[in-house]
Amino acid sequence: MNPFRRHPIIQVATILVYIFLYAPIVVLILYSFNASRTNVTFEGFIPRVSERVEMQGSMVQASPCGAFHWFCELSKNDDVIEAAGNTLTIAFTSTLISTIIGTMAALALQRYEFKLKPFSQVSLYIPIVIPEIVMGIGILTLFSQLFGLLNGALGLTGDSRLSLGLGTVIVSHIAFSVPFVTLVVQARLQGFDKSYEEAAMDLGANEWTTFRRVTFPMILPGILSGGLLAFTLSLDDFVITFFTNGPGSTTLPIYVYGLLRKIITPQVNALSTVWILTVFIAVLLLQVLQSREQKQT
Amino acid sequence: MLQRLRENKSAQGTLLALPTMFWMFALLIIPLLLTLIISFGRRSPDGDVIYTFTLDNYARLLGYSTDCDNGASACFNSLYLQILWRSISLAFNTTFWVILLAYPLAYFIARANPKRRNMFLFLVLIPLWTNFVIRVYAWMMLLRKEGAINIVIGSIASLFDIPFQPLEMLYTPGAVLIGMVYEFLPFMILPIFTSLEKIDTSLYEAAADLGANGIKTFLRVTLPLSMPGVVAGTILVFIPVMGTFIVSDILGGRQVILVGNLIQRQFLDARDPTFGSAASLILMIMTLIVTYFYTRKFGFGEEIVVA
Repeated sequence: MNPFRRHPIIQVATILVYIFLYAPIVVLILYSFNASRTNVTFEGFIPRVSERVEMQGSMVQASPCGAFHWFCELSKNDDVIEAAGNTLTIAFTSTLISTIIGTMAALALQRYEFKLKPFSQVSLYIPIVIPEIVMGIGILTLFSQLFGLLNGALGLTGDSRLSLGLGTVIVSHIAFSVPFVTLVVQARLQGFDKSYEEAAMDLGANEWTTFRRVTFPMILPGILSGGLLAFTLSLDDFVITFFTNGPGSTTLPIYVYGLLRKIITPQVNALSTVWILTVFIAVLLLQVLQSREQKQT
Repeated sequence: MLQRLRENKSAQGTLLALPTMFWMFALLIIPLLLTLIISFGRRSPDGDVIYTFTLDNYARLLGYSTDCDNGASACFNSLYLQILWRSISLAFNTTFWVILLAYPLAYFIARANPKRRNMFLFLVLIPLWTNFVIRVYAWMMLLRKEGAINIVIGSIASLFDIPFQPLEMLYTPGAVLIGMVYEFLPFMILPIFTSLEKIDTSLYEAAADLGANGIKTFLRVTLPLSMPGVVAGTILVFIPVMGTFIVSDILGGRQVILVGNLIQRQFLDARDPTFGSAASLILMIMTLIVTYFYTRKFGFGEEIVVA
């Protein structure tokens, strides 16, 4: 057996790295229950009262929500709710479009020969090998020059002028997620046994029916994992969104970044806690689903 | 016409790939070309771009300055070269520390009981999927003068009656390094784990049979076979570190300025997109050169897609 298996150095290092990974998260969550408004030091939990919030200086003395005071404040914060809505709208729309067109491209690259094939394959690696900020400022320049031209040519003024907003963010998110979807689906297609399709054709199915009833169900796991990747990339994105958003299209990461440069209250921690818990539950569900699928096969 | 399309395989392929190719062309290739064109341009007084051909922006980046102390018309100013150097050495440092921390953990997970392996991996995914900005903020809370690290050290010191002055850790180069390592650690753990998991255990037995001890087996079998994972991880860490501006912005304050901060300020505060474009092209060329030599030496691992 492998001699290093239970080597104490490996075990100690593992524990230390896990502490390194989780200590910041634990502290972050703890401070979302902080009684101190300035959130510099931890001043204890907030007691519950049935009436209204009692403040003294920068300290919250008591709140109807008790220790969960900052979570209640968060749920009343319209900016946060708008940002959360924007984040989800952008993630869902860009995932839907990039999954569809990425799957189409994967099929084309894996199954067909065409003139622009080498170009399309190589272009997929661009977002992986260039820093995101380069892509971000490039897209910003494109939009600002294009909108400048169009606004001038069409004589648009005031509110009807083209400007950065939800649309530009969605279009940009599609640009960086499509390559990942395509590569993931392509990897799935590479291990595909063509004899199933040939069997379907032999049994009289036409190309479309074969795709719908045989190919599609077989590559569906690949499409779903590509889509999931696109979704998480979009949810997590900061840099591209930072350069392409406009008034009314603030996402949660952009909102949090804005707060970090101003005064920070435990509300930011409460928001982070909600985010971490959501991720935790989502990843857990995925793991359970995945292990089930593995057991079935 | 539909009939003809059905027979023309090449047209079908083009049609299927068309939307993606449009996106790649319109939002990757054209923006890169625009950046190149604008980097040769000049800034107008109100922050617009004047299209012309001048190498002024690149000269400025390499140290040519017209803003001199002694009244001379031109002199050397290393400010921007320092920023470039700082970014590239930080990227190398971060990659080094990330490999050092990620390797034992990946090794442990790959050799763990298969039943518990998923749980250990799951524990790596949670920080990875927690938002980037939130993770930087967490370190801000830890590194502050009144933050958790100082509290812990302070209470240990008071146990032994040692006088303790809270350390100034936030807004230092060290804080930026820690933040970067933390942000990108999972991107190294996953590919190394993937390549370690693939190693056939019978190789270890063979090595042991041939008389190799633990260290020798590790150096001659495990390490070489896990190199594709390390290479993929390095690409996934090095490139984003070169361009990230949030970590240095939040944890470095005004003290640690990287290329990313320089570019961002040209586009938002200083409003000189021509200079910002030149800086971002230099950044891109630097990362491409490093990636090229690195992958040419070690090969391009397919583990990159796995992560």
